[in-house]
Amino acid sequence: MGPILLPLATAVALAAMGGRRARLEQAISLTATALLLLLSLLLLRSAAAGETSVYRPGDWPSPFGIVLLLDRLSALMLVATSLVALGSVAYACLSGLRARYYHALFQFQLAGLSGAFLTADLFNLFVFFEILLIASYCLLTLGPTRSRLRAGLHYVVINLVGSTLFLVAVGTLYGLTGTLNLADLALRVAALPAADATVARSAALLLFAVFALKAAVVPLHLWLPGTYAAAAPPVAALFAIMTKVGVYGIIRVATLVFGPDAGVAAAVAGPWLLPVALATQMVGMAGALATRDLRRMQGYFLIGSVGTILTGVGLFTHEGLTAALYYLVHSTFTIAAMFLLADLIRRRSAGGGALGLLFLFGAMAVVGLPPWSGFIGKALVLAAAPLDRVGAWVWGVTLLAGLVGVMASARMGGRLFWLPAPAGAAVVAVRRVRRSALAPVLGLFGAVVLLTVFGDAVTRYTRATADQLFAPQEYVRAVLPGR
Amino acid sequence: MAALIALAVGVLLGCGTYLVLRGRTFPVVVGLVLLSYGVNLFLLAMGRLSVRVPPIVMPGQAQYADPLPQALVLTAIVIGFGMTAFIVALALRSYIAFNTDAVEPRGPDE
Repeated sequence: MGPILLPLATAVALAAMGGRRARLEQAISLTATALLLLLSLLLLRSAAAGETSVYRPGDWPSPFGIVLLLDRLSALMLVATSLVALGSVAYACLSGLRARYYHALFQFQLAGLSGAFLTADLFNLFVFFEILLIASYCLLTLGPTRSRLRAGLHYVVINLVGSTLFLVAVGTLYGLTGTLNLADLALRVAALPAADATVARSAALLLFAVFALKAAVVPLHLWLPGTYAAAAPPVAALFAIMTKVGVYGIIRVATLVFGPDAGVAAAVAGPWLLPVALATQMVGMAGALATRDLRRMQGYFLIGSVGTILTGVGLFTHEGLTAALYYLVHSTFTIAAMFLLADLIRRRSAGGGALGLLFLFGAMAVVGLPPWSGFIGKALVLAAAPLDRVGAWVWGVTLLAGLVGVMASARMGGRLFWLPAPAGAAVVAVRRVRRSALAPVLGLFGAVVLLTVFGDAVTRYTRATADQLFAPQEYVRAVLPGR
Repeated sequence: MAALIALAVGVLLGCGTYLVLRGRTFPVVVGLVLLSYGVNLFLLAMGRLSVRVPPIVMPGQAQYADPLPQALVLTAIVIGFGMTAFIVALALRSYIAFNTDAVEPRGPDE
């Protein structure tokens, strides 16, 4: 409950202050986010022991009341969220982002993200989705330049349509099973008669399509690059975790509700996930090669990284999921840092040399060159692929996408740091930032280095997570002790 | 009654989809509203259709309506209402900034 209440309370307090005392608000927001990180780490430690803890708000017996559940996957997502949030909010303070209510909205979004990762109820998931989306709409259109307005309108419309589809899927599942509690849903979907197979499978695929829209999976990816390029840099960094909410939804539902034991709807996403994931990798990297704008390129890299994660998930093996979760954490940190770095490069704050080195490091991490964690993640995905035709596709596409990504990064780096600035296009009127604004970028890159150095410990954790996800009986028993 | 409700849901969602695909903001907003109406009706129907049946426990009552979809629809209506207000405001800002109500306004960014 803590990870939801803490940002929510902070958000309400900040909103009440009304954006008049910038310094104090920054301090409160930073402290609250740091506390959230601490809290998430504590939860991670308790979850790492293999414990599935359940909290019942209002103490209604399941499956009638709403249930919050913390297992290894939720804890991992919480830690990734709060770390990225800390980097983002620190950058916002240091780079002097001036926008009333930025911090209040930011905390609202954190509350929505934490809730989405913790809830064990499908409709409650919808509500937390809406909380984080409403906050993200406002964050995106803060300080509305014309490009932000244009991107914001598209983003809001597409997400509203997505929410509509989510409700249709939820309604259909409720009409079939009479429950929305994920654990109860798992039991009842498995017991559905064969006559309901078509409806159940359609509802499941609709649900996956909604999550795929949030995760920007091809062909539902077109909204992402423009939106993220238009957002304020710290907002874009936080949005790096937002596509992961969709990935989380896919992983959770594919293993718990529509897993291999789900009767008529068993493994319904199976034939779709892997081809779509491979296409996402390729389209993401090709888009990165095609664009000339650094922030847009990071958006395309984000799409590509979702493709890599889902490739691991789509293999539906313990090894595949282990690799996917590792890559998920890695890509969230890296791309968040790259969005911040792109802003620093645009403003040319700290001389070309340091920025160039940082860009080199980030580019290597993003496209998965050794020795950084992107390479470990991709190698794990490849190692998890079976040695048959499927495996050949996975190897071929992942390696080719990686090559295209390297080319895109190299070309962008060359243009940014080696070409002289074109005459006339000289320094746009942007405020220079303090050197200390480098700190959040360094912090996030530091997290990537730690992820590399302690790769063994992290993969051991993600392997345990994968084992836990493939044994959903434990989840069901935690929520419904009677069965 | 089931056929009537199904028809209503179908017409609402069909019109909504058509309007959302238009190129100007006003039809898109109306389309989103129609979509949310259609979905709300659909959600309500998922609790099975019944007339004059209470959703709460009452003495001497043999039949009950499912209260959960009613609660869900209430939540969905509130969320939909907030979202509509937001997108109307956003569409207005866009109209003022670009002096056109096109969904894809052309013009310089600043």
